[in-house]
Amino acid sequence: MQQNETKTIWQVIAASSVGTLIEWYDFYIFGSLAPVLAAQFFPKTNPTAALLSTLATFAAGFIVRPFGALVFGRLGDLIGRKYTFLLTLIIMGGSTFAIGLVPGYETIGFAAPVIVLLLRLLQGLALGGEYGGAATYVAEHSPSNRRGYYTSWIQTTATLGLFVSLGVILITRHNLDADLTKSIAKFNNWGWRIPFLVSIVLVIVSIYIRLRMKESPLFAKLKTEGKTSVNPLKESFVHKGNLKMVLLALFGATMGQGVVWYTGQFYAQSFIENVCKVDFDQSRTIIIWAILFATPFFVVFGSWSDKVGRKWIMMAGMLLAIITYRPLFNQLLSLTDTKNKIELTDKKLIEKISSNIESTKDVSIKTITKTVYEGGLLLTEIKTDTLFTETGKNSIKPDIKISKKVGTGDYWKMVALVFIMILYVTMVYGPIAAFLVEMFPTKIRYTSMSLPYHVGNGVFGGLTPFIATLLTTIYTGDKLVGLWYPVLAAAVCLVIGVLYISNKIDPDVND
Amino acid sequence: MNNIKRYAGIIWIVLGPLAIYYLIKTAAAEIAKKPVIDTKIQWAVFITVFIPIAFGMMLFGYFAFKGDYDHLPESSAEIED
Repeated sequence: MQQNETKTIWQVIAASSVGTLIEWYDFYIFGSLAPVLAAQFFPKTNPTAALLSTLATFAAGFIVRPFGALVFGRLGDLIGRKYTFLLTLIIMGGSTFAIGLVPGYETIGFAAPVIVLLLRLLQGLALGGEYGGAATYVAEHSPSNRRGYYTSWIQTTATLGLFVSLGVILITRHNLDADLTKSIAKFNNWGWRIPFLVSIVLVIVSIYIRLRMKESPLFAKLKTEGKTSVNPLKESFVHKGNLKMVLLALFGATMGQGVVWYTGQFYAQSFIENVCKVDFDQSRTIIIWAILFATPFFVVFGSWSDKVGRKWIMMAGMLLAIITYRPLFNQLLSLTDTKNKIELTDKKLIEKISSNIESTKDVSIKTITKTVYEGGLLLTEIKTDTLFTETGKNSIKPDIKISKKVGTGDYWKMVALVFIMILYVTMVYGPIAAFLVEMFPTKIRYTSMSLPYHVGNGVFGGLTPFIATLLTTIYTGDKLVGLWYPVLAAAVCLVIGVLYISNKIDPDVND
Repeated sequence: MNNIKRYAGIIWIVLGPLAIYYLIKTAAAEIAKKPVIDTKIQWAVFITVFIPIAFGMMLFGYFAFKGDYDHLPESSAEIED
């Protein structure tokens, strides 16, 4: 490869990756701030606002994302990659910035949740169009023997987007006041807007960089020769020859990849926070460290796939996930289980705070118990009870909140466990852009690869935390029962992938 | 190998209706347990999204059974044929 070509490919990777990373960041901050946004825009006292909240959560990820893949995939195959993924970036950046400006429900009433829902749907639509464009754009600039390596840089962006979103939220939450409690209160009140507003600066820089880039050489050639597709949707999903490859890409690769991606990052975080009861900050910093250590492996596996093929690396990642998820999650539970630890009784602290409840004679009693265990685990239990002084009022069950802060040794063990799970993510996700690009012809590539990618990730993957949590509410005896969903989806995908997918690297994506 | 691929197609064909049945059964049970609008919307979205995917799985199984995956295309010209 000539020096000029090397320089160009790195410019292409930088322009594509920065924009894609920002889009993922924009998409994740909404999810990460869901409880704060719910309080601001979707009050539970108003049933319609609560309904809009459910729609914002479910529709954006599961319906609008694949729909965005169709809309922008088609556009990308008709007018070109460059302008399409520039458009998705503008839509995503504009919507994110606008969410940061929308006045709360208390200020403008019902208009607030409606506007936020519409902006969230726009975010989902834009995300559906972004990835396929970026992956295609980089792959169409790459030499065939390095396609896995160069496209793997795009593959780091989804995980890094999550990393940046968690980091920005934690930094903002801790730095709005010298007193942490006041800082968190300020964050919940108005500080949550900062991560949304910051996005616009990054988006403007990325738009500037992307505007200076040229169209993909393969698409430009097709356009000059007048060989672009007239109807990409029909050619992708009606012509049997291509439809069978779309179905194979979905059921033999992206379905399993999606559940492994979401289990290793989102469900792991939700499990650590809600099942293991580890506190807000630690449950996020554990993920942040694990991401930081594991991210280089996207490039390692992407590059390796250029030598040994894409298939077996992805299949090995799925197989390892299927076999080890239960022991890994069980270990997370065990590290935070106080039954396995010796209590240091001399360090136990109990504090009782009583306060009168306004306009009644009743008294609220808050009991804070702090228990320290060997290894440094700190268990904080806050029990809120109400003492009714008036006759005729029945006592109600006290509200108990539990939060754990694990000791340094256990903290790093948890980081190591999540690191292993994210390592599986890098195996299944690192080579997949090159794999998808090589499956489809240039003239319908954007459309054909975007749909299976977003159904696999948005639907199968995106549903992982919900279905896993749902399973734990149905089968309450087993805290690990939620893992059956990703394990079964990955197992079906593994069998299909092993049986039907080829390990051959396409030497020529110019056709 | 091609025989295994074809016979496995039957499993994928059956998996589609099984998934639809399990989905609708669970949705009905969950809605009955908690008949609020949130639960209904949530399950309506799941069903709307998963039923076409289940049909896709059946179609994939049908293609596999017919032997369409015995040989994978090695160039775009083969896909477009």
